[in-house]
Amino acid sequence: MQFALLIYESPEAFASRKSDGTDPYTGAWRAYHKALVESGVFVGGDPLEVPETGTTIKIKEGKRGVQDGPYADTKEQLGGFTILELPSLDAALEWAARCPAASSGAVEVRPLAPQTKLRITG
Amino acid sequence: MSGRDEEKVHRTVERVARESYGRLVAYLSVHTHDLAGAEDALSEALLKALTGWPRDGVPQNPEAWLLTTARHSLIDFFRHQRVALASEPDLLLLTQNSAEATLETNFPDERLKLLFVCAHPAIDPAMHTPLMLQTVLGLDADRIAGAFLVSPKTMGQRLVRAKTKIRDGGIRFEVPEQRQLPQRLDAVLEAIYAAFGIGWDDMAGVDQRGRDLTEEAIWLARVLLQLMPNVAEVCGLLALMLHCEARRAARRARDGRYVPLSEQDPKLWSHPLIEEAERHLGEASKYGSPGRFQLEAAIQSVHAERGHSGRIEWTAIVQFYEQLNRISPTIGRRTGYAAALAEANGAERGLAILDAIDQDSVSAYQPYWAVRAHLLQLLGKGSEAQHAYDRAIVLAEDPAVREFLLQKRG
Repeated sequence: MQFALLIYESPEAFASRKSDGTDPYTGAWRAYHKALVESGVFVGGDPLEVPETGTTIKIKEGKRGVQDGPYADTKEQLGGFTILELPSLDAALEWAARCPAASSGAVEVRPLAPQTKLRITG
Repeated sequence: MSGRDEEKVHRTVERVARESYGRLVAYLSVHTHDLAGAEDALSEALLKALTGWPRDGVPQNPEAWLLTTARHSLIDFFRHQRVALASEPDLLLLTQNSAEATLETNFPDERLKLLFVCAHPAIDPAMHTPLMLQTVLGLDADRIAGAFLVSPKTMGQRLVRAKTKIRDGGIRFEVPEQRQLPQRLDAVLEAIYAAFGIGWDDMAGVDQRGRDLTEEAIWLARVLLQLMPNVAEVCGLLALMLHCEARRAARRARDGRYVPLSEQDPKLWSHPLIEEAERHLGEASKYGSPGRFQLEAAIQSVHAERGHSGRIEWTAIVQFYEQLNRISPTIGRRTGYAAALAEANGAERGLAILDAIDQDSVSAYQPYWAVRAHLLQLLGKGSEAQHAYDRAIVLAEDPAVREFLLQKRG
């Protein structure tokens, strides 16, 4: 089955994106990504731009409510996602624990919902 | 059919339900991961048994009958759902199993996997015990809610949430691999012990909030021992609970007064239970891997020894506590250690242990204050003792314990 790792990053982690790529956090990510691909579990995923670039939209009583910034105002923010093909939650948790963001931020593991997808895509 | 026969059928259904519930739920859910679905199918089958058996007679193998009937309603359910594509593998598995089970009435026991699922680290630890009580023993949410002091509605919702996670979250029904086994088994043991009731491990015996689930916990431990017969800590857990259970009748005087462990009349202890506990503890020691439950059982075993020798070997208890505290020094164990050390080497030594515990962590821990009060009283520190007694009395939940402490305070 497929799992999404939702990567929540600290402000410091987001700040590291401005570096030239030699910082330890980015280095750790490079190694992690290589391990995922070499193990044959990587399905897809991408980093997201910094939270400040987010815009949240909510339709309330037919009116479009637009808010500058991400949906939830918390210290750690969604910074990216990775989709993995793995046999069990335990296996997904193992990979999530190795994720660089798990030490500085948090990683939420969620199974993808193929049945729900089927209802939408037909 | 006479009323008497009908009652007999009722009793048979109840007995089969009690003995086979967990086996049936585990077997019905092991491939679908759908505990709620398996439970619904089983309760439908039990209902059919209650109406059908008085008419047609009790089948030769009631368990197999229930399994076949429950499986049919599960297959019907999947067919009705018609989420065709996604459910097809499940349906296939169910019908495959169906063929297996008609061939052999002796279906595999999958309860061990179920126990590990209930205590999976991805499930809220507070729900490990309720899940086991419901899926392995068939207790309803109302009964479980009563024991956990939450409303039936809340408990029901939490159970539904946990089962949804088990069904859709990717938790596998399997016995963990060797590498993870010790840690995962600990969670199962902890969950069973939590059902037994908290506070049994305290030395002063002033925190005995039984939670009315002791029998169920012992049942679960017996199931686990049957499934994992060669694991020391499983034997240890059962031994610990049996030792405590053996003293049930001695914990209250005839007038309802609370009787602390060291003053209990050993004649009131259940000797068959003590003998059984000793047997399991002896078995555990053969494996040469001591652990938390064996040590706690060993402490209870020393107390039980008073039944023969008339005295308590406090130095032995002190040693067991020292080993326990090396594993992990919880507040309860440090408090128990202080009480034992005071008995063995004098109240001053015990008090020093209590003084070393961080005060914030014990502000609401009743046994700490009860032991502290007792030791201060022994040392003639009247006003400090009074203060500690007051705290212990306020924190006591059991009226009989409160009364006991009020008397001691004077």
